[in-house]
Amino acid sequence: MERPLTEHIKKDGTVLSLKEYEAAGGYQGLRNALKMSPADVMQAVKDSKLRGRGGAGFPTGTKWSFVPMGPDTPTPKYIVANGDEMEPGTFKDRLLIEGNPHQLIEGMIISAYAIGASMSYIFLRWAYHEAAKRVLVALDEAYKAGYLGENILGTSFSLDMDLHTSVGRYICGEETALLNALEGKRANPRNKPPFPQVSGLFGKPTIVNNVETFCNIPHILAKGAQWYISLSKSEGGGGTKLYGASGRVKNPAIWELPLGTTLREIIEEHAGGMLDGYKLRGVLPGGASTDFLTPDHMDVKMDFEEVPKAGSRLGTGTVIILDDKTCPVGMCLTLENFFAQESCGWCTPCREGLPWTAKILAAMEEGNGKPEDIDHLTFQTHYNAPGNTFCALAPGAMEPLQSALKYFREEFDEHINTHQCKYHHH
Amino acid sequence: MAKVIIDNIEYDVPDGKNMLEAALSLGLNLPYFCWHPAMHSVGACRQCAVTNYRDANDTRGRITMACMLDAKDGTRISINDPKSKEFRAGNIESLMINHPHDCPVCDEGGECHLQDMTVMSGHNYRRYRFKKRTHVNQYLGPFLNHEMNRCIQCYRCVRFYNDYAGGKDFNVFASAGRVYFGRSEDGVLENEFSGNLVEVCPTGVFTDKTLKKHFTRKWDLTSSPSICHGCSLGCNILASERYGSVRRVLSRYNGDVNGYFLCDRGRFGYEYTNSEQRLTRAAQKNGSAETAFKDTANFINSKPKMIGIGSPRASLESNYMLRKLVGAENFYQGIPSAEGESVNTALKMLVESGVKTPSMKEIESYDSVFVLGEDVTNTGPMVALALRQTAKTLPRQKAYAMRIQTWNDAAIREVVQDETGPFFLATPYSTKLEDIATSVFHGDTTQLVNIARLVEGGIRNAGSGAGDSSNQDFASKVAKALLGSKKPLIVSGTGMLSKSVIQSAASIAVALKAAGKEVGISYIVPEANSLGVAMLGNAGFLEDAVKRSNEEPVSAVILETDLFFRMESDLAESFLNKLDKVVLLDSLENKTTPFADYILPAGTFAESSGTLVNNEGRAQRFYQVYVGKYDIKSSWAWLDMIMSQSETPRPFDEIVAEMIASNPMFEKINEVAPKADFRVGTQKIPRETHRFSGRTAMNANISVHEPKPPVDPDSPLSYTMEGYHGEQPSKDISFFWSPGWNSVQSINKYQIEVGGELHGGNPGMRLIEPSENGVSSVSIDPVSGNGAFEVLPAYHIYGSEELTSKSPAIAERTPGSYIGISSAALQKKGLNAASQISIQSGNRTWSLPVKIIESLPDNVIVVPKGFSKTVGMQFPFFTDIAQG
Repeated sequence: MERPLTEHIKKDGTVLSLKEYEAAGGYQGLRNALKMSPADVMQAVKDSKLRGRGGAGFPTGTKWSFVPMGPDTPTPKYIVANGDEMEPGTFKDRLLIEGNPHQLIEGMIISAYAIGASMSYIFLRWAYHEAAKRVLVALDEAYKAGYLGENILGTSFSLDMDLHTSVGRYICGEETALLNALEGKRANPRNKPPFPQVSGLFGKPTIVNNVETFCNIPHILAKGAQWYISLSKSEGGGGTKLYGASGRVKNPAIWELPLGTTLREIIEEHAGGMLDGYKLRGVLPGGASTDFLTPDHMDVKMDFEEVPKAGSRLGTGTVIILDDKTCPVGMCLTLENFFAQESCGWCTPCREGLPWTAKILAAMEEGNGKPEDIDHLTFQTHYNAPGNTFCALAPGAMEPLQSALKYFREEFDEHINTHQCKYHHH
Repeated sequence: MAKVIIDNIEYDVPDGKNMLEAALSLGLNLPYFCWHPAMHSVGACRQCAVTNYRDANDTRGRITMACMLDAKDGTRISINDPKSKEFRAGNIESLMINHPHDCPVCDEGGECHLQDMTVMSGHNYRRYRFKKRTHVNQYLGPFLNHEMNRCIQCYRCVRFYNDYAGGKDFNVFASAGRVYFGRSEDGVLENEFSGNLVEVCPTGVFTDKTLKKHFTRKWDLTSSPSICHGCSLGCNILASERYGSVRRVLSRYNGDVNGYFLCDRGRFGYEYTNSEQRLTRAAQKNGSAETAFKDTANFINSKPKMIGIGSPRASLESNYMLRKLVGAENFYQGIPSAEGESVNTALKMLVESGVKTPSMKEIESYDSVFVLGEDVTNTGPMVALALRQTAKTLPRQKAYAMRIQTWNDAAIREVVQDETGPFFLATPYSTKLEDIATSVFHGDTTQLVNIARLVEGGIRNAGSGAGDSSNQDFASKVAKALLGSKKPLIVSGTGMLSKSVIQSAASIAVALKAAGKEVGISYIVPEANSLGVAMLGNAGFLEDAVKRSNEEPVSAVILETDLFFRMESDLAESFLNKLDKVVLLDSLENKTTPFADYILPAGTFAESSGTLVNNEGRAQRFYQVYVGKYDIKSSWAWLDMIMSQSETPRPFDEIVAEMIASNPMFEKINEVAPKADFRVGTQKIPRETHRFSGRTAMNANISVHEPKPPVDPDSPLSYTMEGYHGEQPSKDISFFWSPGWNSVQSINKYQIEVGGELHGGNPGMRLIEPSENGVSSVSIDPVSGNGAFEVLPAYHIYGSEELTSKSPAIAERTPGSYIGISSAALQKKGLNAASQISIQSGNRTWSLPVKIIESLPDNVIVVPKGFSKTVGMQFPFFTDIAQG
């Protein structure tokens, strides 16, 4: 099984240097790309069926194709890597950045070439201090080796790249809020349209992609679209995917597996199954903002088609596991507290609805739940539905709650009826 | 027109609107908070949710924000669909979870948009049972009160203050449920338009601190449509009274003039009307107060040799009556000739140049701007606010090219970012508009006139004529930009008191017109009625009046003029001493009053009616708000009573008719406002709301007998709550109210389309329209005078205007007097800023602290106009400076 993104990442946790990266075939994709026209590079990415790894799964090549091209288009154009990995339970980008920063850099350079960008930023989660250090070293290496700066590898293509460490807001992971933050403004999401491809950073055409997405690009350009598609077990997209698992499993970790690997394989084979004495009660398949799946869904293929059919989303592909000895209401409370805290405060349902939701869950946990609270929680899940809010934060926040109400309703009722949480061991 | 379907009824709506605007324009009720008709849509509050259907077969629909939905052919929504109704009720319930339960004692109660929308959305009982979030409030200066706990986070304040008005010391802080709107720390809100937050805020976070000092509910106020007397722009205001004092001023929507907004001088400058210094009784120096009016009338009717001193802050009618009383040849304008000739020149340019002067609203539609000489933010603040929008005209086109709708402010802002269109300023010193300027130039009068000449030359030679000097560089940039745009606007005014500057501005405009541009010219003039008084016709100025008094013994009738504000004090004193008898009509005690032999108390804007002509040549009517104390009357009424030796004046309409007949330029004043006999059916228009309370009780401590309400013979307005309570005619709106809409947001109901013209037309009649042909060029007077330093006036929005500066809140914002000079100039003279420096003007030495203004050329100094220590200084002049 091929693992192009992670195969060279060292097990000891140290970073892959430029030399080591080059020795492993690094920057070959860039060399290939620079011999092609930007349009052909874009076509190769389209052909590869690469889909965005940040959670939405939008086809990357299609996203790029909205960037205005040609001599009279607005400049400068920008490439931004979204490394603001703050989704609870998600730690895949960290591995990629810390382990092999040049892979990300190379992917960004190729992408910049494809859309004609001349400036690029790595927007990094504030807490990733080690990643920041390694990126700065890697950028320095890349500049010295001529992969960045003026006339890259002797061509007429020039690109600058800089690291921007975020101040630590979950909303910065929303691509337009990220752009506002990068401009030094409040990290409020922007209205779409205009989409960033047309009017993004500083009002100029901009592509924002997830770190993992960029990390796929060098391999597509090095080994071709057909090879890339062949890596996948999914109908709807090519390549491998970084899957992870956290919770009470024997071996919580990150694995690079073919896109479309089943939930059962991830949990039972790679994560080693549940810890002894614990039973699987549910999983959030793709981070905190996805709907619960249950043990009945173990054979669902983890891709962009099959997970939605089961009632959830692939999201970031990092599975959070709920066991039978952890309170589902308490888990929802933890998640809703997080989302309520991370709301940007722009639109009403999110700003007011999430804290109210969290307060009700807290009341239930404290034994102060009321029968009408269930109706109100249900109302909140409708009130914060997609389209009702300005961006996807609040609808995402409602996904674990609405599915918890569906699958674990009796737990909520029990909290209310018994005026206590039976899982509390003080 | 687009055909849209709302709740299965088809409507025609104008193109380019969103569904919220469309629904409101159709008179439908749909609640909203973050959308504002002047600031448009951002989609934050989610209160205007409706159900949007793809087509007639779509039965489910989806919830969409009406403010973000294009009203195009086939757009199909339901307001009454249970799904969206439930959403709106839930949304308002969420908005209200942290809102205090204090409506009955809240400052905003009774005119709170949040109250109205809560009722409209159907939220009655609170289910939220947890603690509310609380905030610490800030001290924001003398104008505004801050109560953040009431905030519902609609973001209107920050969008107005920062994005619309260019403020920098206000922002939104924190995130999630802790969002906070205010300053980074306690302190005065500095922006000149901060008071609009009172009306922009949908609830009581920002309230009028001057109102709070003598709080009255909206429904208990007696209000009149009025015109701001604070500068020459003629912003429409609503002035409100209770218990014999003015309680507050609000913006009165006029789609052609000030729209929804006012500057802080206009909003908070009213307090002088309640001053202890008010003259309230007729009086005479030697004789009984009882017979003061009779004796005044007898004296004047004894036909002494008499001159009249008119006033740019008095109504057209009052000036007209004075001119009639003393005879045109004896009528002088109560202003120095430098100012008078500047105003006359501006008037001449407006009449003769053939270039259109746009209304304030139209100013926003131009696409390039050149400001010559004028510190607009301080001399005509609301034009500065309009120009901030003008600067975005071209950058916005970029967004429209991306097919972003004109109402989609959230999207437009992302495209436009901080970009501004061609915007050039040539002024003596750095002005506030420089933050949106493409390029600026600072110079003395001669240099500015020279720059204008170069710009004109550049335009006439189609932009060529590049040179190497920086003047030439700046000028060719300006010429090129103006020529490159479709609608260039030239802004100038009387601020520098230079005919040459005013002519120069016109010469550029005329050249642009010749180049086929849709050019506009806008002049700021000194005061509320400067242009109107100039239109009365040939009159001398104060210097001429003094000369006259030196030639022959005369008495004078002085109309609403403090000579010590207009002249150097020793000159004013000797002039007044030389006059045989002085008859003074004014509203406030000042330095001139002790010299008066007869005093007749004049009403301020609040106790008098009249017509003003603004800087655009727009005649507008202001109505008396309430019957003034004791003897207070409109000046025209006093003058008429003197002439007819009667205890009562003729009806106002008769005087207006006579005035109109006297001057062909005034013909359209006939249509400025309905006549006093105008009725809706048989009813007058009430100044009081139908909920007005306490009429029988408010004076019961004095007498239990309810006094007969005063009758207003001069207007269609009644002084009571009786009368027609439907929608008032647009010129006679004394308060905005509509069922279910108790706040100023009810303005929607008075407009043909929201944000557009009022039903019945926007008030005011333009008296000056550009002549067809105009002139082919403008001759420019040479700049005269020379000396080490040219001394120019520095204008201050707070302090430079005579009456508003006597209002406590404004006075608190007025800085100390100073001499402004660059450090280079100071160094050149070997002086320092540590101690005062002095300048010489006339016979007088003025010694003032130094204020370093680095943008000043090293041969120009500025002194604030109209401050207590600088009042009477005659600008411009040349002088040397010395330490001490």
